[in-house]
Amino acid sequence: MLLAVIVRRAAMALITLAGVAVIVFVLLRVVPGDPVAMMISPGATAADIAALKAHYGLDAPIPEQFRIWAAGIVTGDFGTSITLHLPVTEVLASRLPATVELALLALFVAVILGGGVAIAGTLMRRTAGETVIDGLNSIMLAVPDFIWALALVLLFAVALPVLPLTGRIDPELAEGFATKFYLTESLLTGRIGVAGNILSHMIMPALALALPLAAVIVRLLKQSLKEAMVQDYVLLGRIKGLGELRLVLQEALRNAIGPTLALTGVQFTFLIGGTVIVERIFAYPGIGNLAIDAVINRDFPLIQGLVLLFGLIFILVNVAVDLGVAALNPRLRYA
Amino acid sequence: MEHSAQIASVLTTEKPEPRPLPAYLRLARDPKVVCAGGFIILLMVLAIGAPLIAPQDPLAQNLLNATLPPVGFADAEPGFLLGTDGLGRDVLSRVIYGSRVSLTVAFVAAGLACLIGSLLGLMAGYLGAITDAVISRLVDIWMAFPPVLLSILLIAVIGTGLHSVIIAIVVIDWTRFCRVVRTETMNQAQMDYVIAARTVGFSRPATLFREILPNVVPVLIALLTLEMGIAVVVEAILSFVGLSVSSDTPTWGGMIAEGRQIVHEAWWVLAVPLAALFATVVAFNQLGDGLARSLDPVLRR
Repeated sequence: MLLAVIVRRAAMALITLAGVAVIVFVLLRVVPGDPVAMMISPGATAADIAALKAHYGLDAPIPEQFRIWAAGIVTGDFGTSITLHLPVTEVLASRLPATVELALLALFVAVILGGGVAIAGTLMRRTAGETVIDGLNSIMLAVPDFIWALALVLLFAVALPVLPLTGRIDPELAEGFATKFYLTESLLTGRIGVAGNILSHMIMPALALALPLAAVIVRLLKQSLKEAMVQDYVLLGRIKGLGELRLVLQEALRNAIGPTLALTGVQFTFLIGGTVIVERIFAYPGIGNLAIDAVINRDFPLIQGLVLLFGLIFILVNVAVDLGVAALNPRLRYA
Repeated sequence: MEHSAQIASVLTTEKPEPRPLPAYLRLARDPKVVCAGGFIILLMVLAIGAPLIAPQDPLAQNLLNATLPPVGFADAEPGFLLGTDGLGRDVLSRVIYGSRVSLTVAFVAAGLACLIGSLLGLMAGYLGAITDAVISRLVDIWMAFPPVLLSILLIAVIGTGLHSVIIAIVVIDWTRFCRVVRTETMNQAQMDYVIAARTVGFSRPATLFREILPNVVPVLIALLTLEMGIAVVVEAILSFVGLSVSSDTPTWGGMIAEGRQIVHEAWWVLAVPLAALFATVVAFNQLGDGLARSLDPVLRR
């Protein structure tokens, strides 16, 4: 049964992705700006321009361009970036690991922070502490990653200048890596000093991405936990003499976590979308920052590749969340 | 009628239930709504009266007065209450003028997104079948794009400027309204009053707009207010990246981008517009929350 769900999900995902591909392609072809006009030198002749257009396949009719591009995608060829003069696949592969590590670190921070505050709030229920948490959280829920990122810049640039404001790693340390997963690799190979340097670069962007998600987790998880704490099985635990903290962690959390997991999954896609602007603010070399440059430079092949990649990530996350929720909740498995 | 009601209440010795307060009175008693609404009205006054209120010309450069700190810090000049930026322009006046772009985008973009999204949502929810399938699939495809990326992509396609920012927000955020209105319409369409309207001979469009729509409006108002906050942030992000209005119009996002560059020399150039953006976003959000709570009969209980 689970297999049938997966197959149906995958089919839907493919249709959505094809829709994304067509929309992006058509949108970019109706752009008045000409990418070739931006790369030629002022003295270029009409013949030079035509040759350049032919080189990037921009002289063919639009349906033909789409056919070539779509055929390329199927074989893993996304074309050549106009500004970077490199295959799009290569550019994406070299930039994606930075964003993956940042997004996962942010997710981790959000879950720890949000889960911790939700549990603390449940322990403090019906006290002034809970009122403070609820009040702060209702404001936190309104503040987007863009504002957090700049508030962190302000805090760490002026009041507490201890963290680097830009980049992913100090340039002199960025050598001797076998992969582009710098943080994972340095942790696995035991280079703790290097990992510390990478983390000091990542903590601000990760925090900016994590705080809005943490606020969402606090609100939902605390609500679910409070509902669980008045159930009979918690009362039974209390009669058996379990302490308040153990009641929350052992009894209530297990039953209350379901909806939060599902929502966290959905919200994780927003977090990934947020990497675009947050990477820009911290000059972090991921695909989000790349996307803004690609759009400013009208680098069509790169924009198409990036949008498809983001679309694919979104869909994969959604499918993974659906499957995870179904696996955790037997009642949904056959839906 | 009045007599029998009085007799009934005497006989049962029960007081008649107090009539629930009308929505506007309930709202006026909610401190969150009053503060947030008051702030937004203040902001509107500042935006409209900017030429009268702003102490300085927001574009006047004076390199001799560059990066003066806010009043209260060493070397401050009394004429520049919140300091000056890297070109010697008055930060306070620029923030006041910047609210014009922010509020224009908030009202126009959110309003249009609401109009388009609601119409499609009403159709999908009430007509069902193929209309619903097409619109819902369209929403799914739309939501597969990261919004920030889609807005930047759209600006690249249609060019920069205030119109482009508004179009980009409408094109991206109509889905929020569409999804909520569709669900709400589906729920309403199954109610007895809708069946009754059809039975007494209301046409389908008349049922949709005269019977169902008024019952969807409360949800819509709350959603619209929340969307205004989102629109203000999107405009700020696009100005920050340099894809909104041209740089000779002061915007909060543009000021933030300048402030980010000189944060080590003049933190107030970043802090002041960021604080304005923060307060505006929180105000729209709290107002939307308050409206949702007092206008939604289910949440109210």
